Amino acid sequence: MTTATRLFGSAIKRREDPRFITGKGTYVDDVKLPGTTHAVFVRSPHAHARIKSVNTAKAKSAPGIVAVFTGQDVQTGPLPCAWLLPGIKIPPRPVLAQGKVRYVGEPVAIVIAESAYAAKDAAELVDVQYEPLPAVVDCQKAHAKSASQLFDDVPENQSFDWSIGDKAKTDDAFKAAAVVVKQRLVNQRLITNAIEPRACAASYAPATGDLTLWVTSQNPHVARLLIAAFVLGMPEHKMRVIAPDVGGGFGSKIPVYNEEVAVCWASKALGRPVKWTAERRESFLTDAHGRDHLTEAEMAFDRSGKILGFRVATHANLGAYLSTMGSLVPSYLYGPLLSGVYTIPAIFCRVWGVLTNTAPTDALRGAGRPEATYMIERLMDLAARTLNMDPVELRKKNFIPADKFPYQTPVAFVYDSGNYGPALDKALEMVGYRKMREEQEKARKNGQYLGIGLSTYIEACGPAPSSVAGALGAQAGLWESALLRVHPTGMVTVFTGSHSHGQGHETTFAQLVADDLGIPMEQVEVVHGDTGSVPFGMGTYGSRSAAVGGSAIYTSLQKIKEKGRKIAAHLLEAAEGDLLYEGGKWSVKGSPDRAKAFGEVALMAYLAHNLPQGMEPGLEVTSFYDPVNFTFPFGTHIAVVEVDPETGHVKILRYVAVDDVGKVINPMIVDGMVHGGITHGVGQALWEWGAYDDQGQLLSATMMDYALPKADQLPSYETARTVTPSPVNPIGVKGAGETGTIASTPAIANAVLDALAPFGVTHIDLPLTPSRIWQAVKAAKK
Amino acid sequence: MKRQIKVTINGVGYSHEVEPRLLLVHYIRDVVGLTGTHIGCDTSQCGACTILLNGMAIKCCTMLAVQADGAEILTIEGVAKDGHLHPIQEGFWEKHGLQCGYCTPGMILAAYQLLQRSPNPSEAEIRHNLEGNLCRCTGYHNIVKSIQYAAQKMAGR
Repeated sequence: MTTATRLFGSAIKRREDPRFITGKGTYVDDVKLPGTTHAVFVRSPHAHARIKSVNTAKAKSAPGIVAVFTGQDVQTGPLPCAWLLPGIKIPPRPVLAQGKVRYVGEPVAIVIAESAYAAKDAAELVDVQYEPLPAVVDCQKAHAKSASQLFDDVPENQSFDWSIGDKAKTDDAFKAAAVVVKQRLVNQRLITNAIEPRACAASYAPATGDLTLWVTSQNPHVARLLIAAFVLGMPEHKMRVIAPDVGGGFGSKIPVYNEEVAVCWASKALGRPVKWTAERRESFLTDAHGRDHLTEAEMAFDRSGKILGFRVATHANLGAYLSTMGSLVPSYLYGPLLSGVYTIPAIFCRVWGVLTNTAPTDALRGAGRPEATYMIERLMDLAARTLNMDPVELRKKNFIPADKFPYQTPVAFVYDSGNYGPALDKALEMVGYRKMREEQEKARKNGQYLGIGLSTYIEACGPAPSSVAGALGAQAGLWESALLRVHPTGMVTVFTGSHSHGQGHETTFAQLVADDLGIPMEQVEVVHGDTGSVPFGMGTYGSRSAAVGGSAIYTSLQKIKEKGRKIAAHLLEAAEGDLLYEGGKWSVKGSPDRAKAFGEVALMAYLAHNLPQGMEPGLEVTSFYDPVNFTFPFGTHIAVVEVDPETGHVKILRYVAVDDVGKVINPMIVDGMVHGGITHGVGQALWEWGAYDDQGQLLSATMMDYALPKADQLPSYETARTVTPSPVNPIGVKGAGETGTIASTPAIANAVLDALAPFGVTHIDLPLTPSRIWQAVKAAKK
Repeated sequence: MKRQIKVTINGVGYSHEVEPRLLLVHYIRDVVGLTGTHIGCDTSQCGACTILLNGMAIKCCTMLAVQADGAEILTIEGVAKDGHLHPIQEGFWEKHGLQCGYCTPGMILAAYQLLQRSPNPSEAEIRHNLEGNLCRCTGYHNIVKSIQYAAQKMAGR
């Protein structure tokens, strides 16, 4: 096949779109089960309080009521945290509050009625008496002997004290430094806000003991394992989890949540289906939040601008309980990223994971990697200013050279492949860097403040391998499965363990399969999101679907072709080694007319009338692919902004992104993910902030108060790619779901601070709102 | 006390007894059973529930079903005609204007009204008109391109 006609690499329109653009998608809230009941949760209005009493009598006599259950009724195992760090304290997280509430929105009771309206009415009648306790919100203040404690056996609210790197070597590097740049950085709390709120519906069949849960999950098999085995204590094989069309995840639909366990428990108790859909306010209060780091960071340089060392101390806010991956995000998804794209001889990073009276934190698009990248890239710009160097020059000087890959960093990772210079050069060329600097100079003279901000980032995708993850505390494997079922007609169904909630797997994976088998895409169907049909799977997180899920499919494809070749050779009476597979058929080398098409071989595999001796009939394969390493996409993003120092308003004039995500299966889909990723990171840079007051009340609990990016605030993006295939998986892909978010926050922040350089403003904490910018300019003018 | 309402949705007449407090979006989704109209925020910021009511794009999560008595409603299910996609739907497919698809019905109906009012909108005009519809997947980049595609197609260009 020629490259031009290959399906792999083509911008093919998505096959999932027709149902979505006609209103025929099936999201969890669209699932209507006969005889269903509706649940509403009574939630804590206090950030920290003792529950004195819960009186459900009135609610139980409300019209349409079916049942009311409290923490006393729902006795299950605690919601698990799936990553154990050394010495970690994981206090139990009950499904419904037991004795105490520890964040606003924590569920106290589940009220079930014949309609959602009736359940809501009845929930108003549940009388909970609380004794409020002092709340802790700021994770540095919570990490103190004098602070109010969430749990009696967790002193100073410290869940873990984790570090990575070589402390002594790093301290020595700082002693030898000519220049040290230091900055305290706030990486503010974000709230994910997938546009589809979380939802779940459970249906228990008393006759068979089977439980089915429809849930907005990025990883239905993981949800099943954790809920069945660890929380409900029921046989895993008697539970089926379906995550149908899911309206965006961005990390917030990875964890196992209280509500989905509660509806399962209630459906078993009642023998009727129970359904719950979050209102947006509940999403704000109870979806796992992201980020929330307070960091002291310092970087040491020699006189020429070479980095000598990097020292980081971070307080990570875990919220009131450890979410499913709450301990992983600020540790192994953060510290090992601290080398960025640079040669840094010595790094040391210490992280204190602290419990506070806020919603639990977990993965949010990028998860740890944006926190690391923002810090590195801010420090690079601060250093460039201190050293009086152009930020481009400083970055180039410190790039890991292209001939050093695979590259061992001082913080555990071995980068698979990279070539950082060309991506930077391409971005500079696209933005017209020199000319832009001249324009900036001119504009300043006219009282206009343009800023140019760079971010040269690295990302780590497709977490791996399972043995290493296990040694580091993972309570799960990180492989992926793929069942390829070739039907007698030559049609193929792919059952993938990774999950699509916007990523377009149904198209991309069909491309991968059709390309490799040389058959039309129409003959390939992709199934995901149902534990009833997919053997097992780890779901979708960490931009892993192509690198790990795709590689699992690729592995199965090779096994299918291996068996097919044996059948074809037998039918053609040729030696296996003399066969070529091309264009969907096996033919004898040199005599193309002696051939068997894929469909013919598939049919014979099932007819089994004439198979090689001893061969089992059928043509299907399940593979479990365990990656040998992460993949490391990289690139350069450049933002050009104009800041009005009188109002603090930031306008994004241009945004250039050059990403290297390895080989690309569907460039249209990758571009789309880059656009969305950039926007998510721009939101963090300029507007988004999950703000609590000192009493632990969420101030930004509606879409009026939490500023999500809107169409009229953004430019169209200018995107391009370089391609450095990954050598660690058979298809050379890396991952593209989070690169934009990782890159864009520092690019925008650096651009805004570059614009404000004439005022002597060196740093403002995120988000860079007009009021903060205005205040910083005013303070600097004094 | 329940009240009788009559509405026409996508050309089909419906008549139901509803509670006066029933939200129009719940009526459409749960009573009539057209689940293409989505709920994203309950407070009319996200626009996932955008429909056309008597020709006007409205957010039906903040309107009562009884207020729609006698109205002509167009939801996403009625946008394609006789099995043919509307040019806006086509635009979203061609230009990859959706990812998870959850905001898409609202986006398409917001675009529907925009192109009725302004058949040849500038990029700035499109972006301004989408200000009340939130998308977390696309960064709006390809949604703008989708609407530009539709505008061209509808103008016969």
